[in-house]
Amino acid sequence: MTETTQQTESALPPHVTERLIPALAGRIQARVLVAGHGEPVLFLHGAGGLLWDPFLEALAEGHTVYAVEHPGADTESLDHLPGIWELVLFYDEILDELGLERVAVVGHSFGGMVGAELAANSPRRISRLVLIAPIGLWRDDAPIPDIAGVPAERLPELILADPTSPLAELLTPPADDPQALFEAAVRMASVLHFIWPLPDKGLRGRIHRVAAPTLLLWGEKDALVSPVYAEEFAGLLRSSETVLIPDAGHLPQLEQQQATREAVLDFLDRP
Amino acid sequence: MPYRDLPADFESKYESIWVTPPNTELCDPQKVAQYYQWNLDELELADRLGFDGVGVNEHHQNGYGFMASPNLMAAALARRTPNNSAIMVLGNTLALYAPATRVAEEFAMLDVLSNGRLAAGFPVGTSMDVNFCYGVTPTETRPRFREAEELIIKAWTQPGPFTFNGKFNKLRYVNPWPQPLQKPHPPVWLAGGGSVETWDLAARRDYTYSYLSFFGAKFGKKLMDGFWNRMDELGVDRNPFRAGFAQQICVSETDESAEKEYLEHCSYFFNKCLHIPPYFFEAPGYRTRKSTEFAIKTNQPGVIAASAALEKNWKTLNEEGFIIAGSPATVADKLIEAAKTLRVGNLHALLQIGSMPHELTKKNITLFAEEVIPRIRHIWDDEGWEHKWWPKGAAERSASGTSIGADRSKSSPAASQA
Repeated sequence: MTETTQQTESALPPHVTERLIPALAGRIQARVLVAGHGEPVLFLHGAGGLLWDPFLEALAEGHTVYAVEHPGADTESLDHLPGIWELVLFYDEILDELGLERVAVVGHSFGGMVGAELAANSPRRISRLVLIAPIGLWRDDAPIPDIAGVPAERLPELILADPTSPLAELLTPPADDPQALFEAAVRMASVLHFIWPLPDKGLRGRIHRVAAPTLLLWGEKDALVSPVYAEEFAGLLRSSETVLIPDAGHLPQLEQQQATREAVLDFLDRP
Repeated sequence: MPYRDLPADFESKYESIWVTPPNTELCDPQKVAQYYQWNLDELELADRLGFDGVGVNEHHQNGYGFMASPNLMAAALARRTPNNSAIMVLGNTLALYAPATRVAEEFAMLDVLSNGRLAAGFPVGTSMDVNFCYGVTPTETRPRFREAEELIIKAWTQPGPFTFNGKFNKLRYVNPWPQPLQKPHPPVWLAGGGSVETWDLAARRDYTYSYLSFFGAKFGKKLMDGFWNRMDELGVDRNPFRAGFAQQICVSETDESAEKEYLEHCSYFFNKCLHIPPYFFEAPGYRTRKSTEFAIKTNQPGVIAASAALEKNWKTLNEEGFIIAGSPATVADKLIEAAKTLRVGNLHALLQIGSMPHELTKKNITLFAEEVIPRIRHIWDDEGWEHKWWPKGAAERSASGTSIGADRSKSSPAASQA
């Protein structure tokens, strides 16, 4: 069941293993990066894709991290996942396959929305929930910009507190490489598939089912998903606390690594 | 049918001509009333002058095409085209309509109302219209199109009522009244910007395919070569009436007077009406992997970027083939060359361009009808093909049926493959 692709071989540190897990009666395979020891944590990434980054490294120091790649890099997978309901069932099956009866979930941005949906669908399965700048709710007075409807060069200012930081390069593939641009578009398409045209697919009507204590973590300078959404989520969740990270935008786990990991680890490791 | 009163600084001040040009700020309904009247007058003139067909199409939230419902315009034309031109609706953007039986019904109404003169255009639609204006999920664009096409053809050909259990259309009772007059159904004209899947559909269903572009035959060559190669692979004949293309055309007494009369209006079109940011052309997921691979292989993004970067002076516009302009003889010669190069039997002549005023448009249409059409009508006669896609109730004005449509409202720009 374990198979390593060439691309990830070069990108993955040796202590991270990649597993391919079948789901939906074998119609889809999930790519899961696994590392670390300790209580299990499911990590759900955002629209930028799955990267083994310092934040996951820090999580893996005291936990077994299962970072699942969002399905749909090929259109065939998306045919089997027409909407958020099937996506949630997909993750529920992945947890079964991984033998994780009960698990903490950390989700970023779109992954936060999926994490909240999963916790609403399977409230007894999710022990703790960390939502980093999740989408999934909509307020007319704080519209989330259309990431497909802005020029690529504007992304850094929407996503980073410091748009001049080296992280900006992560956000946009080179403009003169059509193949790289296309691969990036496919990754984006597989996320937009679930949130077009607005990232509101009814979570508001389901989120009350979430039983897990929830940490809402936001970059204070998030220009993509405004921190006002922290209040919105807090108002709908049964049990939540909010941490705002100074000098961070929509990627606080990369822009302010220390502050973010402290807040997340402190929350996850409470008895 | 562009809005002809955009501010001089439009392209520097506003994001786009499509999707987001602010309506209350820029669009005066009083002016649009005049444009609609001119548009219909011009198409009715084309009918009287002996064009084979008159064309309308669909766009949304667009400053160069505000025929949100081409069927409304086609209904008006059906009643006011005594010379029995084909009514070319190119077309209804199928993915936007759920249930798609709405299209089956309205096209059937048009076919009956026009006594069998409807050419039923099935465009996939641009990302601007489908994804950005109508909020269809990009990855669903083509699945919705495919399902709608299947449902519409069934609704037209199978005795109703029947049940249709699709993914996007779930109907217990499909039974449109009436079915179309033309049997088995009105000819389907696919309209596209070069996606490989659409070519396969054309071959499988025996539909005619029109490549709609604002960038002329030179640019379209690779695309249409791809189309014909695909037909060869699939064992489909090379009947030129399987294919059409759109061309912006300016006819005047002489080549020199053409520049004097039309340059300003062509510049308006290329500078203002094609002012669309690249991200609107292709929402992630709009195009399939297969079509994107073809686009990359044929360097479409590079060519489009290069085309966009060109200064749109008269020389460039003509040399690149974005427009075909000049005296009737010049225009006819270039059109014949283009048609032969692309191997197309259907020409969608775009004769109102940019800010072109009504009187000049009528002149263009008239000169085209009287001086150009006779020179190009018979170019495929020697090959002896049958035009199987011509509406049965429309007048047959040519021996072998080279069709010349006056499609005055702009169609999907080629740059939709960006």
